[in-house]
Amino acid sequence: MSDTVRPIDQSAARGETLLRVRDLKMHFPIKESVGLRRTKKVVQAVDGVTFDLKAGQSLGLVGESGCGKSTTGRMITRLLTPTSGEINFKGTDIARLKERDLRPFRRQLQIVFQDPYSSLNPRQTVSNIISTPLRVHNLVKKGNELGRVQELLERVGLNPEHHNRYPNEFSGGQRQRIGIARALAVEPEVIIADEPVSALDVSIQAQVMNLLEDLRRDLGIAFVFIAHDLGVVRHFCDEVAVMYLGKIVEQGPREQIYGAPQHPYTQALLSAAPDLGTIRGVPPKERIRLVGDVPSPIDPPSGCRFRTRCWKAEDICATLEPKLEGKPQSAPGHAAACHFAEPKVDLVAEIA
Amino acid sequence: MTTPAPEDRKDTMAESAAEQPAAPADAKRGPSVATRERRSGLMNPSGETPYLVVEDLTVKFPTADGVVSAVNGLSYSVPLGRTLSIVGESGSGKSVSSMAVMGLHDRKRTQITGSIRLGGDELVGMPESDLMKVRGDAMAMVFQDPQSSLHPLYTVGNQISEAYRVHHKVSKDVAKKRSLEMLDLVGIPNPIRRFKQYPHEFSGGMRQRAMIAMGLVNDPKLIIADEPTTALDVTVQAQILDLLNNLQKEFGSAIVLITHDLGVVAEMADDVLVMYAGRCVEYGTATDVLANPRMPYTWGLLESIPTVSAASEKLRPIKGLPPSLLNLPSGCSFNPRCPYKDRVKGERCTTELPELLPVDGAGAHTSRCHLHDKASIYEAEVLPRLG
Repeated sequence: MSDTVRPIDQSAARGETLLRVRDLKMHFPIKESVGLRRTKKVVQAVDGVTFDLKAGQSLGLVGESGCGKSTTGRMITRLLTPTSGEINFKGTDIARLKERDLRPFRRQLQIVFQDPYSSLNPRQTVSNIISTPLRVHNLVKKGNELGRVQELLERVGLNPEHHNRYPNEFSGGQRQRIGIARALAVEPEVIIADEPVSALDVSIQAQVMNLLEDLRRDLGIAFVFIAHDLGVVRHFCDEVAVMYLGKIVEQGPREQIYGAPQHPYTQALLSAAPDLGTIRGVPPKERIRLVGDVPSPIDPPSGCRFRTRCWKAEDICATLEPKLEGKPQSAPGHAAACHFAEPKVDLVAEIA
Repeated sequence: MTTPAPEDRKDTMAESAAEQPAAPADAKRGPSVATRERRSGLMNPSGETPYLVVEDLTVKFPTADGVVSAVNGLSYSVPLGRTLSIVGESGSGKSVSSMAVMGLHDRKRTQITGSIRLGGDELVGMPESDLMKVRGDAMAMVFQDPQSSLHPLYTVGNQISEAYRVHHKVSKDVAKKRSLEMLDLVGIPNPIRRFKQYPHEFSGGMRQRAMIAMGLVNDPKLIIADEPTTALDVTVQAQILDLLNNLQKEFGSAIVLITHDLGVVAEMADDVLVMYAGRCVEYGTATDVLANPRMPYTWGLLESIPTVSAASEKLRPIKGLPPSLLNLPSGCSFNPRCPYKDRVKGERCTTELPELLPVDGAGAHTSRCHLHDKASIYEAEVLPRLG
């Protein structure tokens, strides 16, 4: 692996909080017509998300489709303007900055998208795709662009000679590497990876995962890793936040979330994930099967949003919304939003 | 069984079809299966009499760049009540082979050779009119994407009833009653209201249930499920897999489950067939293939997935890319990516295509690899890395 890409300026030493997200909300207005009457409603895609991201850390956002994990990622990179809340990046609230003031922050917060087919312009060469951010941010002198592009291509494991090719000449995994090179071009401190491997075949998935891990280790980049695959998140993230219907229902260190999950939804998710372990003699885990589907975020249930599918739900769940907080028995940094949170340890058997 | 050339295939098949008139749908398990089985010597890993037998299946598509052999000499069999999982990456031929079983390929653009026998009836070369009677009745398919496989302009109930009325001469009311039964069976609440709704009014999981209801409306003995849960969330995926399992217990159907998710395979499959570049590279019971694999590609797959239960240190991906089907490497198709090929004496891996042979000299667990000491390599090197 070459070291031609400079590690980011580590003014923020590992451990310092880079990103402070407070009560972030995204409500999309929709119009519905019932007969002749028009009503205005909102989709509460994200409704009060709070977390911190430290330098060099990787935080996993997991949840099912529609839980708001991608929307959260897009708000942090300001591809969407939040309805309310605070995104504090190194002391500046970027949630409401104007586009011009936002520019320098765009450089430091980059995103890698899920679909490597639709996120690269098919009519631009790879060199053009990767050098655009360099030009926009005036990072390289004119004439030196190609050299930098080739450095980046080499860093992500592509042949630097291929800079003149078009995206259609590459496979899915290679395209994802191009997307990663584009994000790296501006030497970001935080990369939001929105399902970066879910469109790839298993053997290719591992290649890209290893690349991301190398980047994280060598360049000290902090990651917000959005995924629905619990195995991938367990592999990559130190800290995991589980989302359900626009809210974080449980958050904590990886070992806690996978080893002793407290929220019923986290327990159900882990129990539902099909696992290879069973066939190699690991005792089968307890099966929790949720019934029904996720309710609509237009009209979410009162109180706890998970109560409609929860086997522990009681009257209090409908009236009082549980706070995301540490329970007396919790490990430090582990919090769950449930009135009846209790750890369940036998869900995922430890092999290692 | 000898495979006739594509040109004269039609005639031969027409003759054999004449010899064996199509049996009625409910009496498809004739004695002919057992006879044929003994003759072909093709046994299922379970040793039971198979319902679906695929033998030496080859599917070729002529394209502008040359002839693509999407499936090459594939053989497997599935008895009633058992689930076979076909695993492989995109382009390995797993979907193409099952589309061939269903007879869904364009006949003008596809060359299919080999034999596909469903309860004794030869499907390769069967006239389209006869095939239409079998398809949807004795065998049914559940597709990956329920959004695009349901017709958006017809109600869900209408589509399920239609599937029933194509194969049964019944009135609309009887078909509706049957459809409501099916919706209820697959766990869709309030079937009477749901019957009148359009696909867009269903959620992803409910749509997949409706697809399964449509597939099962004629009590098929063979269900081919092509990535049935890939488009679904993990909690909904668990519901659908449970549903398929329960339906199989109740009706004893044979299931062919196509997937790339080894976790799903571990929970669902009785038998597993691993495909690579159009060929079967390993075949056996689920325990054989997943707990005692004997082929470097299967090892690579197992080593490259991060599991929920093991906090692996570093993933070990299979290096390189799957080969182009237009230009397969000589010898073993996996050899350019295989980390063990140096251990085979001479250049056998690059010159000679390994045959699909029993891993322990006899028995039903087969793999396609020249390596001699596969068992000891797996025990000593691969297993410790799996944790």
